[in-house]
Amino acid sequence: MSAVEVPTEKWTGKIHEVKLGGNGRKSVVVGGETTLPFLHFDGKMPNKPIIAIEVQDRNPTDWSPHLISVWGDVLSDPGAWAKKAVEYGADIIALRLRSAHPEEANTGASEAKKSVDTVLSAVDVPVVVLGPGVAEKDNEVLVAASEAAKGQRIALGNCEEKNHRTIAASCLADGHIAIAKTPIDLNLAKQLNILLCDVGLSPDSILMDPTTGALGYGIEYCYSVMERLRLAALGGDTMAAMPMFCTAGEETWRQKESKVTEGVPPTWGDHLERSLTWEGITAIMLLNAGADIIVLRHPNTVTLAKASIDKLMSA
Amino acid sequence: MALTGIEIYKFLPKTNCKECGFPTCLAFAMKLAAKGVELSLCPYVSEESKQALESASRPPIRLVTIGTGDRKIGVGNEVVLYRHEKTFYNPPAFIIQIKDTDSADDVARIVDEVSSYSVERVGLELKLNGVAIENASNNGDNFVKCVELVKSKTDLPLILMSNNPSAMDQALEKVSDAKPLIYAANKENVDQMVELAKKYQCPLAVYEPAGLSELAELVTRVTDAGVEDVVLDPGAREFGQSLSALTQIRRLAIKKSFQPLGFPVITFPGQGSGGIEEEAMLAGQQVAKYAGIIVLDRFTPGVVYPLATLRLNIYTDPQKPIQMTPGIYEIGKPTKESPLCVTTNFSLTYFSIAGELESSGFPAWLMVCDTEGLSVLTSWAAGKLDADKIAKTVKEFNVADKISHRNIIIPGGVAVLRGELEEELPDWKVMVGPRDAVDVGGFLKKQ
Ligand code: B12
Ligand code: SF4
Repeated sequence: MSAVEVPTEKWTGKIHEVKLGGNGRKSVVVGGETTLPFLHFDGKMPNKPIIAIEVQDRNPTDWSPHLISVWGDVLSDPGAWAKKAVEYGADIIALRLRSAHPEEANTGASEAKKSVDTVLSAVDVPVVVLGPGVAEKDNEVLVAASEAAKGQRIALGNCEEKNHRTIAASCLADGHIAIAKTPIDLNLAKQLNILLCDVGLSPDSILMDPTTGALGYGIEYCYSVMERLRLAALGGDTMAAMPMFCTAGEETWRQKESKVTEGVPPTWGDHLERSLTWEGITAIMLLNAGADIIVLRHPNTVTLAKASIDKLMSA
Repeated sequence: MALTGIEIYKFLPKTNCKECGFPTCLAFAMKLAAKGVELSLCPYVSEESKQALESASRPPIRLVTIGTGDRKIGVGNEVVLYRHEKTFYNPPAFIIQIKDTDSADDVARIVDEVSSYSVERVGLELKLNGVAIENASNNGDNFVKCVELVKSKTDLPLILMSNNPSAMDQALEKVSDAKPLIYAANKENVDQMVELAKKYQCPLAVYEPAGLSELAELVTRVTDAGVEDVVLDPGAREFGQSLSALTQIRRLAIKKSFQPLGFPVITFPGQGSGGIEEEAMLAGQQVAKYAGIIVLDRFTPGVVYPLATLRLNIYTDPQKPIQMTPGIYEIGKPTKESPLCVTTNFSLTYFSIAGELESSGFPAWLMVCDTEGLSVLTSWAAGKLDADKIAKTVKEFNVADKISHRNIIIPGGVAVLRGELEEELPDWKVMVGPRDAVDVGGFLKKQ
């Protein structure tokens, strides 16, 4: 019998390459794929997906006890936390300005600037700054973050339809990258990328966050929308071809399976093992759907995710 | 690949003799395409056409059944590469592997745990699907003893793992009625394993790690010898190898209708990873990227529960979220004084809040609105959960008759609906509950 000929895909599209950092900081490039994730026989993946660790600007006392115990004292100091995160293998730091949320301390621009300065000076890896996820507050703190990090090419999110002009203007003025967030929808994702390009941001300054749902909480929708976005991009749609950014840690650790220690059925198993698996499986699914940057919370998951990325890259 | 009516028509006699009970050959062909009738109704279709039709309508990936009775499993029969193109149909089986070198006590305990494991999620019972017994001792008697012990403890499908045909024969003699999967035929033992598969009428796994061409060649030998139910093991164990091999196999089957590889694939994530968490991640990848049977090295609920959840998620029809029937549900034994809560008919949403209400210890009425299977925030954003919908649901199910008070609790996520809802339900007091279901017990306690 003759050798089996495996059908290969001849994609015409390519994911835009986006560079974070530089100008004295370490830099890292994501994107550039000409294949679906890790199918090296179809095309190239010049840059491997990277792992960010989430750092917050407040002490997250509401986090799972497993996260609190593994991070320990650094949780009250974003600078020390970021340093520790780099030791644990973070390729980049994702600073979540959670204290700016109206339901938290409702802090403003000056506090945001301070936290960003702290993290930028504590580590030399690239940085992502995320607002509290409320459009008006995001505007306020992200503009401040942008100025504080001028020239250091950080990424700023959420940039939603509502506030995209403000965030894009900051990115243009200070040389940053916008993280365009849309709710699990192919067309909305493309639409926001188009809007951002219309106001002058170039495709190499946009990451897209198609919204992450955790395992058990919408992962299948995210998985399929990401897969469709990637297929569209490889088919030649440049407005679907932004590298994808996913907040897996945040989504998994807020679910009951990870949060609740008592009063759950014994069939749920050991709490730590379950929580870690929840985050790890969410991460590997997102990687297989095309994620370029994944934000995680637990150091063990970081180690595992990085090891699996290396294995997927070297096959 | 399923044929269209027109394609089938080409193979029919085109004489419109009506003997099949249809007015024309085309009408019969249409019905055949819709799988409403059997080809045998037409007495005139030629032997050649019959064969051509059969092979053309053969599914690109054969459905293989392992085990018997209620808990038998059917794997394969997938038709797409990406779930959004249609759906994935037959969830991969999760099998727990034991060894015939494990102590009898351990084996008995694990098999009990595996058989009885059942975890509830969105109203469904998620379970494990079988036990694989490895002939690690390489001794036929030990193997048979262990297989018999397992069989005596469970009705779950079995996989018999031995490269040794005589050990396999001994074991099959005892348990072939249970239709276990024979694992595996390889280059050396293929002829003997084929004989066993035929003698005992059991499905056969084919292991060939040298490459897909070699695997296809070996499978062809097996199928040419008359074994129809085949499971593939390309031996690709690690993350990257597994993704490549399984994607290529799926592509060849679906896009090229390449029959030698048109079978479900078995994976062993434990062999391709370091620890249990990594095994779970690799198994997770294989749920989506294209395994039919996943053999886990260990049974641990903390890993099995997330994996079973993932399997449920990925194998949900993308067009149809799992839904509840709208209506008024009793949580505990509610009375006329019990609180009334509102939620949506997305199963995940319903079971999240119903579960928390139940464990809070407060009996309650839970009113489920028809939001076409969307969650609270999604349905609100899509305009499918608004004050009007809630008010109508209250009326439709005569909710007012069930309770003596007029308080209605809405999810915290849609607090904005409060004002409008008070206008729609003038005699009622609208209360905003917590955003997360977990906090509902604390909320009710304060009331
Ligand atoms: C999966 C998902 C989808 C899936 C649908 C899943 C489904 N069947 O509902 C899809 C992809 C189809 C989808 C579509 C859309 N989505 Co959507 N989606 C999500 C996602 C990721 C998860 C939602 C989910 O399943 N949650 C889990 C369930 C269990 O949560 P829940 O129903 O709210 O229930 C919880 C609580 O509300 C509470 N609860 C429930 N009932 C009750 C009752 C009482 C009394 C109490 C006290 C508590 C309570 O208990 C539960 C557990 O805590 C979220 C973002 C996220 N990460 O959360 C966005 C999200 C909900 N979607 C959003 C949007 C905007 C949309 C779209 C409108 C986008 C668009 N324009 O196309 C569409 C609309 C759908 C349509 N037109 O058909 C937004 C909503 C924004 C807002 N605040 O209004 C979100 C928040 C994303 C975002 N950040 O922008 N979505
Ligand atoms: S019996 Fe056969 S030949 Fe006659 S009408 Fe039916 S399909 Fe046509």
